[in-house]
Amino acid sequence: MTGAAVPREQGSPDAAPLVRLTDVGKSYGSVIALRGVSLEADAGEVTCVLGDNGAGKSTLIKIIAGLHRHDSGTYEVQGEEVAFASPRDALTRGIATVYQDLAVVPLMPVWRNFFLGSEKRKSFGRMDIDFMRRTTHSELAEMGIDLRDVDQPIGTLSGGERQCVAIARAVHFGARALILDEPTAALGVKQAGVVLRYIVQARERGLAVVFITHNPHHAYPVGDRFLILNRGRSLGYHTKEEITREELTALMAGGAELEQLAHELDAAASGGAVAKELAREAKDLGVADS
Amino acid sequence: MTQAVAEPPLKGPGADERLERQSALRRLLGRPELGALLGAVALFVFFSVVADAFLETSSFSTVLYASSTFGIMAVGVSLLMIGGEFDLSAGVMVTSSALVAALVSYQLTLNVWAGVVISLAVTLALGMLNGILYTRTGLPSFIITLATFFMLAGLNLGVTKAITGNVASDSVRDMDGFDSARAVFARDVDVAGVNVNVTVFWWLLFVAVATWILLRTRVGNWIFAVGGAAASARAVGVPVARTKIGLFMGVAFCAWFSGMHLVFAFATVQSGEGVGNEFSYIICAVIGGCLLTGGYGSAIGAAIGAFIFGMTNKGIVYAEWNPDWFRFFLGAMLLVATVVNLVVRRRVERSP
Repeated sequence: MTGAAVPREQGSPDAAPLVRLTDVGKSYGSVIALRGVSLEADAGEVTCVLGDNGAGKSTLIKIIAGLHRHDSGTYEVQGEEVAFASPRDALTRGIATVYQDLAVVPLMPVWRNFFLGSEKRKSFGRMDIDFMRRTTHSELAEMGIDLRDVDQPIGTLSGGERQCVAIARAVHFGARALILDEPTAALGVKQAGVVLRYIVQARERGLAVVFITHNPHHAYPVGDRFLILNRGRSLGYHTKEEITREELTALMAGGAELEQLAHELDAAASGGAVAKELAREAKDLGVADS
Repeated sequence: MTQAVAEPPLKGPGADERLERQSALRRLLGRPELGALLGAVALFVFFSVVADAFLETSSFSTVLYASSTFGIMAVGVSLLMIGGEFDLSAGVMVTSSALVAALVSYQLTLNVWAGVVISLAVTLALGMLNGILYTRTGLPSFIITLATFFMLAGLNLGVTKAITGNVASDSVRDMDGFDSARAVFARDVDVAGVNVNVTVFWWLLFVAVATWILLRTRVGNWIFAVGGAAASARAVGVPVARTKIGLFMGVAFCAWFSGMHLVFAFATVQSGEGVGNEFSYIICAVIGGCLLTGGYGSAIGAAIGAFIFGMTNKGIVYAEWNPDWFRFFLGAMLLVATVVNLVVRRRVERSP
C-alpha cells in the first residue's frame, strides 16, 4: 500500500498506525460514493484529505466517524480491524469527529456544550456542575481561548472559537485521533488561521489529526500527508516532501481539468473585457444605439 | 469575542473579575422567566386595584387553584417545548385519561385505584405512541399530535357513548377507594384557615422537580440540546429519540395527573371536555419564556405563565366583568408577553 512509502518518525511502540483505511469502498444503492481509498493517520501527524464537492470527503469522514459502515476494504484502529455501528463506538476507540456545522447547540452555555453527551455526574444523577464549569474554563484556556464567562451561550462565540471549543472538547474526552470536517470552510481568513493554529497544537499534543478541506492553502502548511480525492477515487497520496503546494492545488481540482478551466477563464475574462471595450468605443462614437 | 483568542491566555484573576462585574444584572436579564415575572407583577397590581375581592385570601386560593390545573399540564408541555416539540393532543388526553379511570373502575366494579393505575399505563402508552410516531416518521410533531388529538377526541365521545349510552361517564363517587383517591388528587387542604386545593401543592412539586431535572441533571442537558440542535446532539452521543419519547411521556404523565384530578373532583367525566385546552398549556409555556422553536425556556417560567393564566381567568370574575372577554385578554397577553420576551432577549444579546 501507499502507506509503506511514508517514513514513520514517531517511535510509537506498536508499528500499526492509529487509523488505517485500506482500499475502502462505499456505495449508496447504485451510487458508488467511494472506492479503493487508502489512508493512514498516526499520532503527532496531520493527514489532510482534499477534494472538491462530491469527491467523497464526507463519505470518508462518515466511515471513519462510525456513522456509516464501509462496504469493501478494511478499517483498522491500531492494527485491529473494526466496523463501527455508531459514532459512540468510534469515540470509545478514541476517534472523535468535529463536524463543521454540527459541532454545538448555539443557545446552550459553553460548559453545557462542552460536556454534552458526556456529562460528569455525582450521586442521584446530579451533574457535577462546578467541575464542568472549571474544566471547561481551564481546557479552553489551555487552547488559548480566554472566556469571560463559560455560562454565555456558545452561539455568541465566533465561528473559529466554536470550532476550537469542539476541538478542545474532543481532546479533553480522550480523543487520540481527531477528524475535522472542513473546520475552516465557513470562516474568514483570520478565523481560519486561528483554527489552523489549534490543529498544529493538537498535533503537538500527540494526536492523530485527519483534516478534511477543499482548500489546499489551508492544508499545505499544517499537513504531513495529503490524500486527494476526486469522484470517489484517490487521485494520489503523498507526504509533504513529495509534493509542492502548486502540485497539490493542481491535483486537487483534477489536474488537467483545472488547467483547461484556467484557459477557459482566461479566455472568458479577456474576451469579456475586449467585448466591453469594443462596446464602449462603439457607443462613444455613436455607432451603436444602446 | 474575537479579541479573546488574540490575547494571551495567562490572565486568570482578570477573567474572574470580569465575571463578577458582569454577571449579576446579566444573569437576571438573561433568565427566560423575566418577561413573565414582570407581567405577573403588573397583572397582580392591576387586578388588586380593579377588583376589591381579588386580594382576599380565599379568592387568592381560587386563583392558585385555577393556575394549578393549567400549571400541572404546563410543566410537561414546557419541557416538551424546550425539547423542540408540540403536543396538541395534551388537552383531550386529560379527558381520555380521566375517562379510562372512571369507565374501567365503574364497568368492572373495581376499586378506583385499579382504574387509576390502568389509566396511568394507558396514558403513558399514548404519550409513548406520540413519541414513537414522531421519531419513526420524522413528521412534524404538530401533525402527529394533531392526528392523535382528533382521534382521541373521537374515541372519548364514541367509546363513552357506546358504553354508557351517555356523553358522560357514570359517577364513581360511591366506589371503593374513592375517598382515598380524592384525598390524593382533589382534597382541600387547610392552610391557616384558608382552603387550598391539593393540586396547588402538587403543581409546585412538579415545577420543582422539572426545574431540578432541567438544570441539574444530564437529562435536562439533553432536553435543551435536542430542542436547540437535534443533529448536533445526536452527533455527540445524546439519545435524541429516547429523550423526545420521554418528553411526550412526560406530557402524558401530567395529563394522567390532571385527569385523575377531574375524576376525583367531579366523580363523573364529560367526554367532550379538554378540546382547546392544549393551546392554554402552550400559552402558559410561551408566556413563561419558552421558545416556540425549542432549546430555551424554563419550568418556573411556565408556572408563572400558568399563574398569569389563573389570575386573568379569575380576576375578570372578581372585577365583575363579562367573562366572555377572558379569551381576548389571554390572546392580548400572549402577544405582549412574547414581544416583551423578544425585546428582552435581543437587548441581552446585544449588550457586550
